[in-house]
Amino acid sequence: MNVNPLAGAPHAHDGDSVSRLMGAVLLALLPVTLYGIALFGWPALNLLMVTVLACLLGEAGCLWLAGRSMRLGLLDGSAVLTGVLLALSLPPWVPWWIGAIGGSFAIVVGKQVFGGTGQNIFNPAMLARVMLLVSFPVEMTTWLEPRPWLSGSAPSFLNGWLITFGHSALTDGVTGATILGHVRTELGMNHALSQILPGHYQPALAAVGWTGGSLGETAEILVLLGGLWLLWRRAITWLIPVAMLSTVLMLASGFHWMNPERFADPVLHLLSGSLMLGAFFIATDPVTSPIAPLGQVVFGIGCGALVYIIRTWGGYPEGVAFAVVLMNAATPLIDHYLRPRIYGRTWRGQPRPVRRKPHET
Amino acid sequence: MRLHDFRGGVHPPGQKHLSAEQAIEALPLPPRLYLPLQQHAGGPALPVVTVGQRVGKGELLAQAQGATSAPLHAPTSGTITALGDFTAPHASGLPLPTITLEVDGADRWVERDLSPDPFRLEPGEVAARVGAAGIVGMGGANFPAAVKLDKARQAQVHTLVINGAECEPYVSCDDRLMRERAADIVDGIAIMLYAVQASHALIAIEDNKPEAIQAMRDACSSDARIAVLSLPSRYPAGSAKQLIQWLTGLETPAGGRGTDTGLLVHNVGTAYATHRALRQGQPLISRIVTVSGGAVAEPRNLEAPIGALVADLLAYCGGVSADCARLLMGGPMMGQPLPGIHVPMIKGTNGILALTAAEVGEMHPPSPCIRCGRCVEACPMGLLPVEMANLARREEWTHLQALGLSDCMACGSCAYVCPSRVPLPQYFAFAHGQLAAQRREERKAEQIRLLMDQRQARFARAEQAKAEAAAQRRAAKKQRAIVAVEDDD
Repeated sequence: MNVNPLAGAPHAHDGDSVSRLMGAVLLALLPVTLYGIALFGWPALNLLMVTVLACLLGEAGCLWLAGRSMRLGLLDGSAVLTGVLLALSLPPWVPWWIGAIGGSFAIVVGKQVFGGTGQNIFNPAMLARVMLLVSFPVEMTTWLEPRPWLSGSAPSFLNGWLITFGHSALTDGVTGATILGHVRTELGMNHALSQILPGHYQPALAAVGWTGGSLGETAEILVLLGGLWLLWRRAITWLIPVAMLSTVLMLASGFHWMNPERFADPVLHLLSGSLMLGAFFIATDPVTSPIAPLGQVVFGIGCGALVYIIRTWGGYPEGVAFAVVLMNAATPLIDHYLRPRIYGRTWRGQPRPVRRKPHET
Repeated sequence: MRLHDFRGGVHPPGQKHLSAEQAIEALPLPPRLYLPLQQHAGGPALPVVTVGQRVGKGELLAQAQGATSAPLHAPTSGTITALGDFTAPHASGLPLPTITLEVDGADRWVERDLSPDPFRLEPGEVAARVGAAGIVGMGGANFPAAVKLDKARQAQVHTLVINGAECEPYVSCDDRLMRERAADIVDGIAIMLYAVQASHALIAIEDNKPEAIQAMRDACSSDARIAVLSLPSRYPAGSAKQLIQWLTGLETPAGGRGTDTGLLVHNVGTAYATHRALRQGQPLISRIVTVSGGAVAEPRNLEAPIGALVADLLAYCGGVSADCARLLMGGPMMGQPLPGIHVPMIKGTNGILALTAAEVGEMHPPSPCIRCGRCVEACPMGLLPVEMANLARREEWTHLQALGLSDCMACGSCAYVCPSRVPLPQYFAFAHGQLAAQRREERKAEQIRLLMDQRQARFARAEQAKAEAAAQRRAAKKQRAIVAVEDDD
């Protein structure tokens, strides 16, 4: 018998761990990742490899510099998850150096500079995406129509290699705009939505992801299924996704009702861009979102409102990354002010007087 | 009656099946019993026996010392062989002053005071007899029961809550007690109601004990004042604060008492002990203990004399297997790890558990906190365990107290769900220890300052007295000189 008398209570555990949580999120992302690769071919797979590898190398380098355990740091799955999320949020045919710069930036500047896992203020993948968008606007806004694997329009393995690692610039023939980008451009030319949308936007196609966009953001249905599985698995809580999605829905419904020619309908907002991916997989990042329920609701509402504001009036057609990063910055403040009420105390922390009731019969 | 709700909580696997179907068995008398003088909250008991003295079963061994204390009685007849230190049932393995009783095997009762009908006594006298029987909170809190009864009567409590929730996994002693001795418990409840002068009693039992609920319902069906309530199973439903909240929606104010809400919570075991004391004149000398866990060969519920060694209990249950990773007194959520098997069980011991590594969940090493907020979600007190642990690590005591350190009741729900395996309750225990040390230092400094002031005052008085004496001497000398001059004349 080798008992440990110095172990403290509780002497039981529900069995979950950080690596299992990260694994669950990766598993939930698997369908949409595979779908994205199928939709955009070899270059998408190359990009995914590049970002994941860059993240792992960045993590390993920093852990080595800091003299920390390489095994624990790399095996918890957080670096891989950052790489996957980054790849899913990039245009699928970007050159390899975008992925490499993004991946190492996400881990080194986005995470390790703050002290590693659990210490970062901003979601590393979104911080990297924002940096890439600001620094390399051309590469980051070159979208293409889906050209599924094994179809005639799909690039061969060699062409895929050249697209990612070579210098074969995308020709206008293959590029296209995302729905949100197209709407923004056309609205800028004072066209009405009833003229803009037909031919470019079909809700059913948008829902299954048959449209231009980032690697993993287009198939809303698959993202939603993964998110619901995470909720069922209790890897995330429902407060942030529900608050974020319902805020966008409410704002979009309100403005659309006031002026349907100027403001897109709520379903379009829900089915385009990376809103769904952001709500279930990015805003719910535990490290950079508030810890208490009330704070999580405020965080979700803030993310949703910022997404709608940026999409509708901002300089970019899509705003999930900006919205999440901005709300990440507000998280310490939210955590400071929106604490739960302590049992037996008022919201101000004073002992709560009892209103004694006579016995109920 | 409508149930309210309490915040947070967790659902650990009950593991009650290991022992819940085992009827209570009496532990054969061990050769020696070890009775620590401090088995309760408050002042340690004061021994009234000497080494070599022969005592009968139920004889007073040590008397209560101070208002909050409890006496200690001989669990069986025998000879006192030592009054000295013995390892305490605490992780530290430090010794406590302990009375050692060599058992003679005759189990001969001392003359018992078979009191008249308790309902003919004054309520205060009933409480006094509960106190004289050495009864403490049997749920593990070890607070002297009589003090609680008196305070509740003074606070005009209307409802007595009998806690049969037994929300700790593995432990099944209250379950068995309710199933097998329901009528005695109900009699004890009636006596307690009289002692408190309360009008109603509610017996709260988690719904994972349907047999106990049925047994208690049958036993109290003739008494309209007593009702049985089935609670959904959720840890820590058996905590007095959460129980009160569940039943009434009221919260015990921070720093206040449960009785402030008009309710008094006592454990079923305490009600049973009250029945034994008032009806049979038997002080608290034995209790039901669950011996269970994956490393115990034959889990059982034992009625064991206070002071029996954990080794005796485990041996009767077939011993402990080699894969035992943790030896506990109490349940897995709040239990104390034991330094070994040669420590005595005490009045508040509801369980002895020998758990395997798989049961303890020791498979993963700790990893960095990812701020997932599960601890916040699980905390039944509405605290922020993750923030509090960070502050404790940085030793920011003032800020930590502002976040409600004193409201933490160490239920362990936060650590149970923490995916990073951060030992949160240990951080808070460390903080409590550091703050207590700080307060001790402050008191010491205050004492020193007081002594210095007194010393200076004493010196000043001495100086003044000296000066006065000198002045008197001078005056007297002058007087003598004048007298001498007059004499010369």
